[in-house]
Amino acid sequence: MSQMNMIQAIRSAHDIMLEKDPSVVAFGQDIGYFGGVFRCTDGLQQKYGEHRVIDAPIAEGGIVATAIGLGINGLRPVVEIQFADYIYPGFDQIVSELSRLRYRSAGDFFAPVTIRTPCGGGIRGGQTHSQSPEGIFTHLSGVKTVMVSNPYDAKGLLISAIESNDPVVFFEPKRIYNGPFDGDPDKPAVSWASHPKGEVPDDYYTVPLGKAEVVEEGEDLTIITYGTIVHVAQAAAKRAGVDAEIIDVRTLMPLDVDTIRDSVNKTGRAMVAHEATRFCGYGAELVATIQKECFWHLEAPISRITGWDTPYPHAFEWQYFPVQKRLADGIRKLMEVA
Amino acid sequence: MTKKPKLHIPQPTARPGEEPDFSYLNLSEAGAVERPATDARAKSIEFLAESLVRVLDDDHVAQGPWKPDLDEDTLIEALRLMVLTRVYDDRMQRVQRQGKISFYMQALGEEAVSIGQGLAFGPEDMLFPAYRNQGLYIMRNTGLVDMMCQCLSNSRDMCKGRQMPIFYQNKENNLFTISGNLATQFPQAVGWAMGAAIKGDDHIAASWLGDGSTAEADFHYALTFASVYHAPVVLNVINNQWAISTFQGVAGGERRSFAARGLGLGIPGIRVDGNDLLAVYAVTRWAVERARSGGGPTLIELVTYRGGAHSTSDDPTRYRPRNEWAAFPLGDPVERLKQHLIKNGSWSEDRHAEMETELKTTVEAAWKEAVSYGTMTEPPFLDVRLAFEDVFEEMPEHLEKQRDKLLRIRGELP
Ligand SMILES: Cc1ncc(C[n+]2csc(CCOP(=O)(O)OP(=O)(O)O)c2C)c(N)n1
Ligand SMILES: [Mg+2]
Repeated sequence: MSQMNMIQAIRSAHDIMLEKDPSVVAFGQDIGYFGGVFRCTDGLQQKYGEHRVIDAPIAEGGIVATAIGLGINGLRPVVEIQFADYIYPGFDQIVSELSRLRYRSAGDFFAPVTIRTPCGGGIRGGQTHSQSPEGIFTHLSGVKTVMVSNPYDAKGLLISAIESNDPVVFFEPKRIYNGPFDGDPDKPAVSWASHPKGEVPDDYYTVPLGKAEVVEEGEDLTIITYGTIVHVAQAAAKRAGVDAEIIDVRTLMPLDVDTIRDSVNKTGRAMVAHEATRFCGYGAELVATIQKECFWHLEAPISRITGWDTPYPHAFEWQYFPVQKRLADGIRKLMEVA
Repeated sequence: MTKKPKLHIPQPTARPGEEPDFSYLNLSEAGAVERPATDARAKSIEFLAESLVRVLDDDHVAQGPWKPDLDEDTLIEALRLMVLTRVYDDRMQRVQRQGKISFYMQALGEEAVSIGQGLAFGPEDMLFPAYRNQGLYIMRNTGLVDMMCQCLSNSRDMCKGRQMPIFYQNKENNLFTISGNLATQFPQAVGWAMGAAIKGDDHIAASWLGDGSTAEADFHYALTFASVYHAPVVLNVINNQWAISTFQGVAGGERRSFAARGLGLGIPGIRVDGNDLLAVYAVTRWAVERARSGGGPTLIELVTYRGGAHSTSDDPTRYRPRNEWAAFPLGDPVERLKQHLIKNGSWSEDRHAEMETELKTTVEAAWKEAVSYGTMTEPPFLDVRLAFEDVFEEMPEHLEKQRDKLLRIRGELP
């Protein structure tokens, strides 16, 4: 076991897979000699060579497309898109090609590509360094979608994603690379050192794709969330003085419906929360699922707390972000419903 | 032994701790490159894409057929604008370090690009700058206070708090809003130019991007559409040798020049010394005249060097030699124009020092005024309602509701 932040955990996952499987290659802008703008591949080119950890031209469409080519030729590319906000030039290759290769070729062709990308706000990144576009990827048929919330899961899920023969889009909330964030921007930043999920095994292990985790058990209500907001929800429930059960969805597609159903049927109240915009956001799918699976157990309408339906404004970052107070208010309101 | 394909991984000539080596640059002598007529056939002037147009020689004397017809006052004004850009950058870099603004990007070492090229366009020509073209905003009278207020996201911010620092705009003076997404503005400039041609006026468009950004598909869309429609546009690649940590070879600069990218589409390419304001102006003027008189697009590559870090989030000592800029054979654009003017007898070290002091005072005064309109941590702040405006021309009901919900959370609505 070692103390790791999320960057070190992601680097460790790369390291183990590059070592274990000669078909694994890492590919992306500034990831080679420099080790990535967030340093997630630091030292790996020096260790595995320039043919395994490869600096790419600034062309996200080209990166995804050539990764597909590498993948159909038997390699296992792990691609870094520098910011999720810059994934769109690669979107056509993901939607029209990567997600459908297996289907259209009746299983003859597939590309086991993992696309990692830092997402989310809270770093004063404005509208082009803050987005959470997970909902446009979960809407596709044929890519798995993950968003991690801590170092332990980041390493275990990344190894699972790399080993998966299905393509995976892997979101890393950059606000929590160096420490959990409880949604109170006025508090000083904390590191992962004091968090149990900052304890990470040095060796190979996996966290399975498609499994949510109950990170906090409780009786009064269930908060279903993922990424940075997992930590915000934990703090908000405490602040509201409510015994909340908190579910970290982790894999958004395919969704672990069982864990959500069991919890909401137990508590009778559900809140869905994410940082991304609201309209047609991933929360809408969660709400529809809960409505179908748990309708007769619900004691209150399902609550949904999200970013607003605007681009991410630089000056109003903390008005946009679903901060701790907003969640706590929502929790209290949800508990007031008789 | 039979030969086998081998993956080529481009390598820069020097990494930290190694001696800088610019032998790859392929320089021409000042004054050595021929200047064709602006209506020359593209096929007959392909040499311009591989040579390097230079006017100022090593002794700071203007040489050869590209020597532009610029009077002394204009040159002094160009020098002033370059120094102003540098002083402004220096101040903003420091206030970022003090935590007053969230981010900054300098144009250190590349000032002649914006100022030299900016001089060559008419005021009605529409410019689509990249993020290192602050000089274009400065020279088109954006106002230092307005630029600072944008960086501060304060109550006078021209984009109402919606963008990170440095993403300026100036509609009145025909400068487009800067995007954080690389290369997107390149084909948009071509579209604007096509529009001008459809409308039948003689305004042209121009756009800029970096060496690294030429890899994006948008760069190639721009060239294709400009070629197909013979659009009146000047397309500019600022080759400052680096794209964050990757050198220009990772964008394909090892094989041929960036200026040569358009040759296959019949677009003339000109490679120019980007630190020689006279050459930059002359080449751009050539392309402007060609475009305005129906000659279609030109692709210009400005060979320069990114003197500073990529941004305030970057530490270049991790990937390139510390002294690389000092070893760059094309020198410092400010110093070169200054020495040229001194040589001509129209400038002196004293006048230069005096001007620098004056500009520092100007920038300092602008900063004092800018912060009086608020900072990110001190009022006056922008009205939070602005976060919901301009998503659409008229605010739809769902956004009104979301806005009111936020106001209730903040206790500003019952
Ligand atoms: C579509 C897109 N991909 C990636 C980025 C991240 N990024 C910002 S600047 C930059 C390097 C650009 O280098 P270059 O085009 O050479 O311009 P320079 O910074 O040297 O002026 C990168 C990769 C981005 N802003 N947009
Ligand atoms: Mg560059």
